[in-house]
Amino acid sequence: MERYYQKEIETADREQILAWQNERLVKQVRHVWDNVPYYRKKMEEKGVAPEDIQSVEDLHKLPFLTKDDLREAYPYGLLATPLKNCVRIQSTSGTTGRRVVAFYTQHDIDLWEDCCARAITAAGGTDGDVCHVCYGYGLFTGGPGLNGGSHKVGCLTLPMSSGNTDRQLQFMVDLEATILCCTPSYAAFLAESIHERGLRDKIKLKAGIFGAEAWSEEMRQDIQEKLGIKAYDIYGLTETSGPGVAFECSEQTGMHINEDHFIAEIIDPDTGEVLPEGSKGELVFTAITKEAFPLLRYRTRDICVLTREKCSCGRTHVKMSKPMGRSDDMLIVKGVNVFPSQIETVLLEQGYPANYQIIVDRVNNSDTIEVMVEMTPENFSDNLGKITEMEKGLVSALKAMLGIYAKVRLVAPKSITRSEGKAVRVIDKRKI
Amino acid sequence: MTIPQISVFLENKAGQLADITHILSENEVNMRALNIAETADYGVLRLIVDDASKASAILLEHGFILTMTPVVGVAVPDTPGGLSKVLGVISEARMDVEYMYSVFGQKDGQACMIFRVADTDGLAAVLDKAGIGTIGGEDLGLH
Repeated sequence: MERYYQKEIETADREQILAWQNERLVKQVRHVWDNVPYYRKKMEEKGVAPEDIQSVEDLHKLPFLTKDDLREAYPYGLLATPLKNCVRIQSTSGTTGRRVVAFYTQHDIDLWEDCCARAITAAGGTDGDVCHVCYGYGLFTGGPGLNGGSHKVGCLTLPMSSGNTDRQLQFMVDLEATILCCTPSYAAFLAESIHERGLRDKIKLKAGIFGAEAWSEEMRQDIQEKLGIKAYDIYGLTETSGPGVAFECSEQTGMHINEDHFIAEIIDPDTGEVLPEGSKGELVFTAITKEAFPLLRYRTRDICVLTREKCSCGRTHVKMSKPMGRSDDMLIVKGVNVFPSQIETVLLEQGYPANYQIIVDRVNNSDTIEVMVEMTPENFSDNLGKITEMEKGLVSALKAMLGIYAKVRLVAPKSITRSEGKAVRVIDKRKI
Repeated sequence: MTIPQISVFLENKAGQLADITHILSENEVNMRALNIAETADYGVLRLIVDDASKASAILLEHGFILTMTPVVGVAVPDTPGGLSKVLGVISEARMDVEYMYSVFGQKDGQACMIFRVADTDGLAAVLDKAGIGTIGGEDLGLH
């Protein structure tokens, strides 16, 4: 039988959801207008006033927000409540240049954790479960979000964070974890480790909630078989709170967006025009209940499709497909956001040419990233040690910028493929 | 007395070395010594050729990255302990050898080794003092 964390909300009829959205949107626009000069200015530039927004129908009149806005307004420019009302920040992985800092009031955290609790409950979680959370804890939203949701459901929560496979497996076995929360690639890695160590009969897992990176249906099948569990997808981004913006139910055919908190739109990424339901386009979110960091019409850059088709789970909230790609050049590698421009910055700083190629692949269910860089006369030496020394410097500068290890491969000049005179910067070999 | 060495960047892929030797042979450049230092992904090819300026111009034209470095040619007696004696002298003078390799063939019962140190003139002087001869370009048939 399907379980719900907040049944009345999750199964509310369309009219009720719309009524919530209309009321909350109007209130939220006023809140932002009054408290966020940055967005108010954007509205003024577009000739929109709070009175123009009377319902969700009027949403398209509002200006978009993008990651560039977040960067420009860093750190406090989009804050809508006094700092003394805020109790927490979370931040995206990545660099100073691209870092996003999101603020939360206690109320914001409550609602976020409710969303995660809905996801855990949809995956079959109850207060009798042991929830093993090995998303990273700290600035990353994965750990704190699922941790809070797990508390709300009443699961015994294992705040494992990531890494240290031995300890992960020991706790998983000894404390009889039943629900696993982590990135799908880490789940696949743990599944392999469990097999190698012959622990398959000793684990009690029944469900997994896996997000923060793209994964395929094949990968789902693989994890489900190896661990004997049902694997659920979860979606979210720091800008809109974190994981739990949308989550999968037992049907496993898309993720229900928590529409009482977020209004979703699909737009044409080139024109910004709103597309009809069922179209493939860029996902845009408006947070209608957030207090501290309420982004209106935030462009996620994720390409997907929304559907309101009736779901067998009984939930009425709109479903989004797995993201099918990006409308910008951002890559997600090991759950970390990587922009080619960050790599370019490092190369130039380190005295390498901005002629490079990024190769992303997935080996044994784990993402790899390799940066091909052309050798230059200035960087070349008859002494191999000096070249490897420079290469090491580049690797650590990339690590500092990206937060993950990227392999560097020095190649001969003019050996990086150019098509139509323009270099192909990214080759993503992952089959997702 | 130093000898000019050409060092070329080699990407670790099939045919790179063959390309270089082909280009040199097409242009009638003769190689006197060759050495490769490599990692898994790339390497440095070090060459002593009969006409270094001609060879480097041609390789540059073909898009290779290279650098010219002065190295010292040392006459090493082709007998047991020959190299050991030379290294002993260099070590006593507290000079670091970055790398070394040998020249094809030998002359008058002596092998020729190429040495790269930071202070090439210093090395020549130290060897001279110890009665170890250095080998000039003309001895190797360099133009």
